[in-house]
Amino acid sequence: MTVLSSPPAAALAADEGDRLTVVPARHPWRWVATVIALVLVAQLLHGLITNPGWDWATFAGYFFEKSVMQALLVTLELTFLGAFLGFLGGLILAPMRLSKNRVLQSVSWFYIWIFRSVPLIVQLLFWANLGYLYETLQIGIPFGPGFWHFETKTLVSSFGAALLGLALHEAAYAAEIVRSGIVSVDQRQLEAAAALGIPRLRQFRRILLPQAMRAILPTAANELVNLLKSTSVVYVLAIGEIFYQVQVVYGRTGRVVPLLMVATVWYVILTAVLSVFQHYVERHFNRGWRR
Amino acid sequence: MIEVRGVHKSFGHLEVLKGIDLTVAAGSVTVILGPSGSGKSTLLRVINHLEKVDRGHVRVDGELIGYRQHGTKLYELRERQILEQRRGIGFVFQTFNLFPHLTAVQNVTEAMRGPRDAVQRKALERLDRVGLADKAASYPRQLSGGQQQRVAIARALALDPKLVLFDEPTSALDPELVGEVLDVMRDLAKAGTTMIVVTHEIGFAREVADTIVFLDEGRLVEQGTPADVLDSPRQDRTRAFLSKVLV
Repeated sequence: MTVLSSPPAAALAADEGDRLTVVPARHPWRWVATVIALVLVAQLLHGLITNPGWDWATFAGYFFEKSVMQALLVTLELTFLGAFLGFLGGLILAPMRLSKNRVLQSVSWFYIWIFRSVPLIVQLLFWANLGYLYETLQIGIPFGPGFWHFETKTLVSSFGAALLGLALHEAAYAAEIVRSGIVSVDQRQLEAAAALGIPRLRQFRRILLPQAMRAILPTAANELVNLLKSTSVVYVLAIGEIFYQVQVVYGRTGRVVPLLMVATVWYVILTAVLSVFQHYVERHFNRGWRR
Repeated sequence: MIEVRGVHKSFGHLEVLKGIDLTVAAGSVTVILGPSGSGKSTLLRVINHLEKVDRGHVRVDGELIGYRQHGTKLYELRERQILEQRRGIGFVFQTFNLFPHLTAVQNVTEAMRGPRDAVQRKALERLDRVGLADKAASYPRQLSGGQQQRVAIARALALDPKLVLFDEPTSALDPELVGEVLDVMRDLAKAGTTMIVVTHEIGFAREVADTIVFLDEGRLVEQGTPADVLDSPRQDRTRAFLSKVLV
């Protein structure tokens, strides 16, 4: 006689698997938080639209106004020239700091220390008053004869002083950003390049830098956005960038808030454009890392 | 012909190579065996001057590597000249060290010189030789370990080196991928490439090597044909090592 043993309970449940319905967990508090957030956003929009203090008509009138457009161009010039010169400096300072030569190391370290220590606004005022410190500048042998003489005032315009200040300030930060990128690259990459007899400069340009860019880009983009906003500091030198320009206008018309909004919205738009640009540049340097 | 004469090398207080003499004939395959820390990799890296020597010298086809002799002194060459010498000595790393931002074929062409078309054609031919012509456009990350190492071998061969050094080329690979790399190396040996190989693959050594060299604690303990060294070692240390490896 055969005995039919009943299957264990677990096996039975597994057998029923395809007849059971899956119910996801409910999140009631998430709904509450969503409602609160929407109410707050609605209140903010209501305030922006109905409060006459924002004076959107004046805002619209000045947003594309000619002097504002010209000032915007100056802001862009300062940002991109400052970033270009700053990162050029960083590309020189970072390898110096990683050099085996103690003197190069120390000079780079000292530069970064000083220019990160001095507030940008203080530095800008120094450069603008360079003519007070040195009336003429000359190129020549230290403690020896000089070859070329310049009048400081004619050499360093206020725009030049602003750009110089921004670039020197930026170079200190860029140096650290570039250095972080370089040290993030596997040292065996350079060993492989050296074993293939690739010349030193080409190793840096073709092997090291493209890989370092992956680590450099996110922080560099951050720094560029920072620089864009830092250009507003040069208003102390009375340079017609956008923040200075809106101050000139509201000094005349008394419409402070709408004109501050003009500058603010332009900064927001430029940052958005930079972010989109960042996305594509990062995608380029991530090739080889995507599967 | 490669001549290593009286090479000493220390890292700090640790003497890694204690006077190595070794001669490798052109077109031959030399396999270096030895326990870890015996100085195998260092010896290989000395041969293409990735490591400087403290004493002794290396010659490849009569040319001093890394130094210039003047009277009784050896002056280290300028970096540019050393890089130029390395173009004649291929090096295959344990960890492949392909350039991850470049495709397989770009990895091969990176150090090559000459007209673009010729370089491209030759690179593809080298990739074909390691059986990877169809992977030319792939990035290293899209390839298996075995394929990456084969690209690395193609990259080393692209400069037509007089000599190729292999530093444990299969040690970082999954077991099932070791064979494809050893096959490529076997073909190279048959084609008459001068090779010095550091490996733990005893089977490969027995089959392919002309000479086996046993290194221990920075000294060359024993050398001879595979039959001599593997089957009837004369030194106790060689015997002890082989008894652990040939299980």
